[in-house]
Amino acid sequence: MHERDEPRGTGPERDVRSACRPTRRAILAKLAKGDASVLELAEPFDMSQPAISKHLKVLERAGLIARGRDAQRRPCRLEPQRLKQAAEWLGTYRQFWEASYSRLDDYLNDLQTKEKPRDRKQTRNHRRAR
Amino acid sequence: MTANKLEIIAEPGKTSFTTTRVVDAPRALVFEAFTKCEHLKRWMGPISLTMVSCETDLRPGGRYRFVFRSPDGNEVGFSGEFREVDAPSRIVRTFVFEPIPEAAALETLELVENNGKTTIKTTTQHKTVENRDGHVNSGMEAGMTAGYARLDELLAGLLQAR
Repeated sequence: MHERDEPRGTGPERDVRSACRPTRRAILAKLAKGDASVLELAEPFDMSQPAISKHLKVLERAGLIARGRDAQRRPCRLEPQRLKQAAEWLGTYRQFWEASYSRLDDYLNDLQTKEKPRDRKQTRNHRRAR
Repeated sequence: MTANKLEIIAEPGKTSFTTTRVVDAPRALVFEAFTKCEHLKRWMGPISLTMVSCETDLRPGGRYRFVFRSPDGNEVGFSGEFREVDAPSRIVRTFVFEPIPEAAALETLELVENNGKTTIKTTTQHKTVENRDGHVNSGMEAGMTAGYARLDELLAGLLQAR
């Protein structure tokens, strides 16, 4: 496989480039329209079935698709649930970071008023147990 | 409490977005708060989420991973690899929201100190406009309605093959 499972290598450009593998994106786009078998998925890509299966394994591991139990066909389907759950409780990007920065303000304030800025030791106000 | 506001700039049609936020603390301390797990666990993410796991190997080529847990027990991870580490002013790292590994991005954190305050600037470079939009708007549609119609839109935006 020349498409890596993890974005690795050298140089940010290469990393960004390798991050968006067209084949897997196309597979997801196709599954968004309905379930499909490995054969049906392999068809438009001019790729072997084992090659497509490897892509499917990556997507399955990421929780983005699920495979049916039908031993012959094992149809693939999109699993939006995990993405949906994650998105729901994370809130929007803005909500996540506004909440974070608000906590950071308080935390930095604590660090600066209750400790010397350079003294990183925990004080009685910062319980270690976490 | 403070007038410091989070600013998010995502110009239409571009593949990157930036955020800026000022905090009332010197840069060295802010850098520590952003890079050490003992600090990150105390402020990163909304209070309703618990950071259950934090790993950072702060050096070029080192990896990081944060895992959050929601009150109903769901967990989700963010991870990536450090590319540049220039304490206390700059970090470049890859960013992967683990449920969508296809939409990895490159994130640059820059800290600038002025009169004891620090401006935190992040630049997130995505491969496609769709991924960029998905990141900035993450959860918006899904959070408002449980309807699958809206979710389809979200997914289409995130997954559309160029």
